[in-house]
Amino acid sequence: MDENDIIERRACISGVGQSDIGRRLFRDPFELTLDGCLAAIEHAGLTTDDIDGVSTYPGPMGTPAGFSGAGAYDVMDALRLKCGWYGSGLETSGQLGSVVNACLAVASGLANHVLCFRSVYEGSAQGEKGRAAVMPGGGGGGGGGFKASGFMEWNLPFAAPSAAIWIAMFAQRHFHQYGTTREQLAWIALNARRNAVLNPKAIYRDPMSMDDYMAARMISSPFCLYDCDIPCDGATAVIVSRRDRAKDLRNPALRVEAVGTRIDGRPSWDQFDDLSTMTNRAAGQQLWERTEYKPADVQMAQLYDGFSWITMSWLEALGLCGIGESGPFIEGGTRIARDGQLPLNTHGGQLSAGRLHGYGFLHEGATQMWGQAGERQIATPPEVGVIAAGGGNTCGCLLLVRE
Amino acid sequence: MPDVEEAAPPFRILPKLTDRNRDFWTAGARGELRFWRCQECGFYIHPPQPLCPMCHSKNMKTEAVSGRATLATFSVNHQPWMPGPELPYIVAIIEIVEQPSVRLTTNLVDCAPDDARIEMPLRVTFEHHPDPEGDIYIPLFRPDVERGE
Repeated sequence: MDENDIIERRACISGVGQSDIGRRLFRDPFELTLDGCLAAIEHAGLTTDDIDGVSTYPGPMGTPAGFSGAGAYDVMDALRLKCGWYGSGLETSGQLGSVVNACLAVASGLANHVLCFRSVYEGSAQGEKGRAAVMPGGGGGGGGGFKASGFMEWNLPFAAPSAAIWIAMFAQRHFHQYGTTREQLAWIALNARRNAVLNPKAIYRDPMSMDDYMAARMISSPFCLYDCDIPCDGATAVIVSRRDRAKDLRNPALRVEAVGTRIDGRPSWDQFDDLSTMTNRAAGQQLWERTEYKPADVQMAQLYDGFSWITMSWLEALGLCGIGESGPFIEGGTRIARDGQLPLNTHGGQLSAGRLHGYGFLHEGATQMWGQAGERQIATPPEVGVIAAGGGNTCGCLLLVRE
Repeated sequence: MPDVEEAAPPFRILPKLTDRNRDFWTAGARGELRFWRCQECGFYIHPPQPLCPMCHSKNMKTEAVSGRATLATFSVNHQPWMPGPELPYIVAIIEIVEQPSVRLTTNLVDCAPDDARIEMPLRVTFEHHPDPEGDIYIPLFRPDVERGE
């Protein structure tokens, strides 16, 4: 592939920002969204006059409750932005698909600085009733004549409304094929927690032991409570800039060296051909086809953990360990520690820092690469980092290199 | 005799019937598990769609399959997400023997959680849900004792 074809390389991450983050803030999600956006613009050393693009995942959505705090138009209007390009959408390569779109937009000259954001208020939306409150037909004690259609037709009649169950079945298949164990899986959660202890914005910061993990109640085998991420409220934003317009900005450019967006099986959770992996296998493969860098060059990985096993799946999909070998790779938690060979989910992931839905990993990766992570900073700020988000049929990844 | 469970079923959210999915959700009344099948190339198509994904023919009909299947994977669910079967219940992905690329998310029944084994042979059973818009027969799967393990 000619280097000129890899146009995402003309893009970089120039700033990141976050609103207040909390388990249940009971605040206007639109306000939180704007807080996060303005923080990112300021962090990049830009003003709203410089922003000429907006990208978000998933765009405005009323259900599930709390899934989307604001759409692109909301933010464009509130900040009176003039845009050369904008967009949103759910059907893309994971939450980071919106960032990839922004990279392509700046690379093609449609915009110079694209504001990308993801805003959630699932914590408040669920209130005190927990997840059942936002399940279709759930929380109301009977469904009230609600009938399942579309995608949900094939799982709601079987009392399988949650991604916890769908992903648990992938994990179970992985356990079956490769001998993976809960003692191994636990390290995703334990590693996340020991990092969250040092992250002032994390939701859960009390230390957690293997005994705590093993004593937790089961949700959907092999997942216990601590394998499931924490619904929360908050907005995360990142600025994607054209590299040639980012030279004098506040932070060193984090070049988007390569992206992965490919999908090579049915775009489905249960009809996907190999249930021990997910569509991330192709996204990971594509990323490495677009760069001279190799998995061994990666100094930090921020890999989606909506459910713990997804992180293991990304480790394999990105070639950071062998296929089927993620269990032994993470066992004991040494390799993936902040001072290990591959620091992983250094903010606490979604398991402990809250379900900011993909963008939290990009925020953390950039923060670490800029050496701005405070107490949890990796001793030598990584120059090369990989960020991945999504699971099931919606997966995407980025390789970032600090200039 | 069709294998239909007539005892009072647990609450389930029922599917909205359409011309495309009606046979799948109602043929259990005759003990049949039916899928769309391409009449040109023989490919079973699921979920239903307007043409065959292999040869693009629109010449499709629903046909009954044997009801035999294999357990591809499962999860023992302990979480009360919604009103439904008694906890814990087993959610499974099964592959039909006629064409393993046809999968269903379903429930594994008449099987203790500790007895579920990936690759175990299964057989369909139906749970009858009377409904004013058309009775629904939910296809569930149980261990196939005849084929054993």
